[in-house]
Amino acid sequence: MTRRHVAVIGAGPAGLAAAEAALGAGARVTLIDSEEQPGGQYHRMLPEPYAATHPERLQHGWNAFDRRRRRVLAHPRCAWWPRTAVWALERPDPGTPGPPRVHLLRGPADGGGRSRHVLEPGALVLAVGAHDRVLPFPGWELPGVFTAGAAQALAKGERVVVGDRVVVAGTGPFLLPVAGSLLEAGSRVLEVLEANPAATVARGWLRRPWELPAQAAKLPELVEYAADLAGHRVPYRTGRTVIEARGADQVEEVVIARLRADWSVVPGSERTVPVDALCVTHGFSPRLELAVAAGCALRAVSSGEFVAVDRDQRTSCPGVYAAGEITGIAGAQAARAEGALAGWVAGGGDSRLPALLALRRSRDQGRAFARRLARAHPIGGQWPGWLRPRTVICRCEETDYDALRRAATGQAGADPRVIRLRTRAGLGPCQARVCGPTVAELTERLSGEAAGRQVQGLPAASPHRRPIAQPIRLGELAAPPERIPNSDTEEWS
Amino acid sequence: MRGTRVAVLGAGIIGAACARELALAGFDVTVVDRGGAAAATTSHGEGNILVSDKAPGPELELAQLSRRLWPEVLAAVAERSAQAAEAVAAVEWQPKGGIVIATTDPGARRLSRFAAEQRAASVRAEVLDSAALAEAEPFVTRDNTAAVYYPQDAQVQPAAAAVALLTDALASGARLRRECEVLGAAVRGGRLTAVRTRAGLIEADAFVNCAGPWAAELADRLGVPVHVRPRRGDVLVTAPLPPTVFHKVYDADYVAAVGSGTEESQTSAVVESTPAGTLLLGSSRRYAGFDDRPRPEVLSSIAAKALRLFPCLADVPVMRAYGGFRPYVPDHLPVIGADPRLPGLWHATGHEGAGIGLSLGTARLLRDLVLGRPTRIDATVFRVDRPAVVGPGTPGSSEETV
Ligand SMILES: Cc1cc2nc3c(=O)[nH]c(=O)nc-3n(C[C@H](O)[C@H](O)[C@H](O)COP(=O)(O)OP(=O)(O)OC[C@H]3O[C@@H](n4cnc5c(N)ncnc54)[C@H](O)[C@@H]3O)c2cc1C
Ligand SMILES: Cc1cc2nc3c(=O)[nH]c(=O)nc-3n(C[C@H](O)[C@H](O)[C@H](O)COP(=O)(O)OP(=O)(O)OC[C@H]3O[C@@H](n4cnc5c(N)ncnc54)[C@H](O)[C@@H]3O)c2cc1C
Repeated sequence: MTRRHVAVIGAGPAGLAAAEAALGAGARVTLIDSEEQPGGQYHRMLPEPYAATHPERLQHGWNAFDRRRRRVLAHPRCAWWPRTAVWALERPDPGTPGPPRVHLLRGPADGGGRSRHVLEPGALVLAVGAHDRVLPFPGWELPGVFTAGAAQALAKGERVVVGDRVVVAGTGPFLLPVAGSLLEAGSRVLEVLEANPAATVARGWLRRPWELPAQAAKLPELVEYAADLAGHRVPYRTGRTVIEARGADQVEEVVIARLRADWSVVPGSERTVPVDALCVTHGFSPRLELAVAAGCALRAVSSGEFVAVDRDQRTSCPGVYAAGEITGIAGAQAARAEGALAGWVAGGGDSRLPALLALRRSRDQGRAFARRLARAHPIGGQWPGWLRPRTVICRCEETDYDALRRAATGQAGADPRVIRLRTRAGLGPCQARVCGPTVAELTERLSGEAAGRQVQGLPAASPHRRPIAQPIRLGELAAPPERIPNSDTEEWS
Repeated sequence: MRGTRVAVLGAGIIGAACARELALAGFDVTVVDRGGAAAATTSHGEGNILVSDKAPGPELELAQLSRRLWPEVLAAVAERSAQAAEAVAAVEWQPKGGIVIATTDPGARRLSRFAAEQRAASVRAEVLDSAALAEAEPFVTRDNTAAVYYPQDAQVQPAAAAVALLTDALASGARLRRECEVLGAAVRGGRLTAVRTRAGLIEADAFVNCAGPWAAELADRLGVPVHVRPRRGDVLVTAPLPPTVFHKVYDADYVAAVGSGTEESQTSAVVESTPAGTLLLGSSRRYAGFDDRPRPEVLSSIAAKALRLFPCLADVPVMRAYGGFRPYVPDHLPVIGADPRLPGLWHATGHEGAGIGLSLGTARLLRDLVLGRPTRIDATVFRVDRPAVVGPGTPGSSEETV
């Protein structure tokens, strides 16, 4: 019997659900994640000690996850490849059907001698998630300034206290759980600052209120987080943000200012607060490099670009499906629903099955919730107003705002790709993962040139293009791919 | 030349260099590009300015002329204004010299013969013994059979170089029209008098096709086909590392690969460091049309060849790969001159993997040809009506077009 081979990249909520559903549809599955454990962003945040202190909040989700994880990993048709990075996707020749070949590196990232492998699956599910997005401001490169995600990972995962006096700033509901875990780890959280004014937040959240209960299974969680803050007497202030961090070799104080709805600073509203750590978040950037390498169309919304998918999570690229945060930021529950749909259809399951209705509904509610989030917590257009000439924009290459501005003036060098080459913004080790969307936005504003124009034969100058999706050592790259260990291709083909 | 209008079609490094020479000569220059300036092939290659890889002949002469011009022109551009000086600083001009290394005995014999011929053509080529090589490149493989040092080889940041040249052209009165794709020709009395573009008609007295790998497409649109085709190349970029590679170092196979027109895909190692600390490892040569897919096995063979030169780099992470399309003509020589089939049209293209280096000499030749002056070096080998360019059976004689 020929079983379809589905490769699932990413074993977070979306990928794990995809693997389970593809197995359920009868497919053979290879589940790949660069981490040692499945769970992704969401369940990585729930190590045992934390779960133990908050059984009421977490036990249920954790148990369901744990059951699913065991079921999938123990399944005879599932090959689980932890510590395996997908470093490239190779599109087939034009006119050849099927998804791209998957190029893998297997082994611990910091150890030498990872082995190189190639998979040729019948279908591919991309479920690689998102990472923190942070806008630049003067001083954001100082030690002691953390992305909210990093601070939470430290606080929860490693029980490291990032500081004694901490301010949490940015926008989005994620401010609350971050502040919560900092408190729990023993930090003093001085204030939590939501940049959007209360009116914007309220309008976004309360739009079409009758739909809210169905969409937001997380609301009770948020209410709890908010209650937690109140219990610790941590003020939650809207319409304010940190516009500058100061310090000699480490953040020592932050400048807080009131913002208008467009995030322009209200003059004279600045005040200074001594801190020893600052956590910032301005939402999430989907990890799009694999989707771009596969040739999947993206869709642009106000909060950024995401992979475009149809009602069955198919991308524009034949045989390639996408699920979870790379299609929109809507939380773990929506990610699971998308993953289950994607896995089922990728695995050859019947997409007309009535049982899928509930999944689609849950997915659609998640998407509606994502739109609500985007409306309640937009990034105000005037944020570049707090940049100064010397503000670092690209931390890897230390490119400052003035260098970008100078490169963008004068029409000879105004092309966004040329600006990047001349200023090196985004060319450093993080490969524009942190500053890419910011540089694209700023160069477009400064030069008036849209960033993504395509030239025949040449890829669009997208900040998400990274043909090498994960760093690969020269020695690893030079070695020919190895045969896949315990490969059971014969048996299944 | 005041009042004589020239439209330069394409704002890559070739178009930028030509626009500059023509504007300085007093022509009324408009540079037209379907996208932004310097964003196509010129932003997708490396910036080697080499004499070392060229056998004695017309291309070497063009390379030597260009190599003489580079420091002169950059200095002249920098003098014009503070903004120009900043544009020149971004060019990262590095006359660091190249070292060619053979790793086999036949390779060593070939290399020393080649270097001797080059010396006869006034290329500086110094044989390095093992001790001298170890001093010049302490980390290079000890497994070598010969090494030759070429002090004239240099390096630039190619996109920045094109921007500096174009900035100077604009300061000399040229205009740039971006997002202005050339779609077709307006011919009057057998002469090209205007091009149709997405932004309307552009009239001029002369037009220069500087469309790089798209030169054939552009020429087709103007009704006079030329054989300029894309030859794909890929480059690896490593994470920044402490100084390890001090010259442009490449294996002797590179010279063979540059000139070859036969194999499907070839790689030969060129290893160079950039001021940012990264290493660029090039490069492959493939005939694959405009297929922009990076092929992991091609990247793998670039890595393998680079490691043959520098085994100590095995643990260095590669963080990026990029590639572009070299514009090539089957006889591997550029096309510089008037198109006898269509008066008013000129070509300056087909520089394959050497267009950055050759841009300045090309622009100087083109300027002199347009002015009807004697050229610094013999330009007839680069003429348009040679079989490799206008193809078998394609009428190439000037009588046809009068
Ligand atoms: C700190 C934090 C707290 C959160 N709190 C909540 C909350 O309270 N409630 C809620 O509903 N949501 C919360 N979320 C959001 C939730 O985590 C996400 O919605 C969910 O994890 C998205 O699932 P996913 O499967 O799309 O991606 P992820 O969970 O991010 O999983 C992606 C996986 O792909 C792997 N991967 C990526 N690239 C590669 C590659 N090239 N090769 C191999 N593997 C790769 C990664 O290692 C990762 O394991 C939180 C998110 C964060 C970051
Ligand atoms: C991987 C690689 C490595 C290389 N390494 C080196 C090296 O080390 N040293 C070296 O000297 N050279 C090198 N090269 C070669 C060099 O990059 C090219 O020869 C050079 O960039 C060609 O410049 P160009 O101006 O002819 O073409 P391009 O830079 O491609 O410019 C052509 C312009 O024409 C425009 N255009 C096209 N069609 C139209 C139209 N219809 N209407 C309007 N505008 C149009 C395009 O938009 C483009 O901007 C390398 C190339 C590659 C790919």
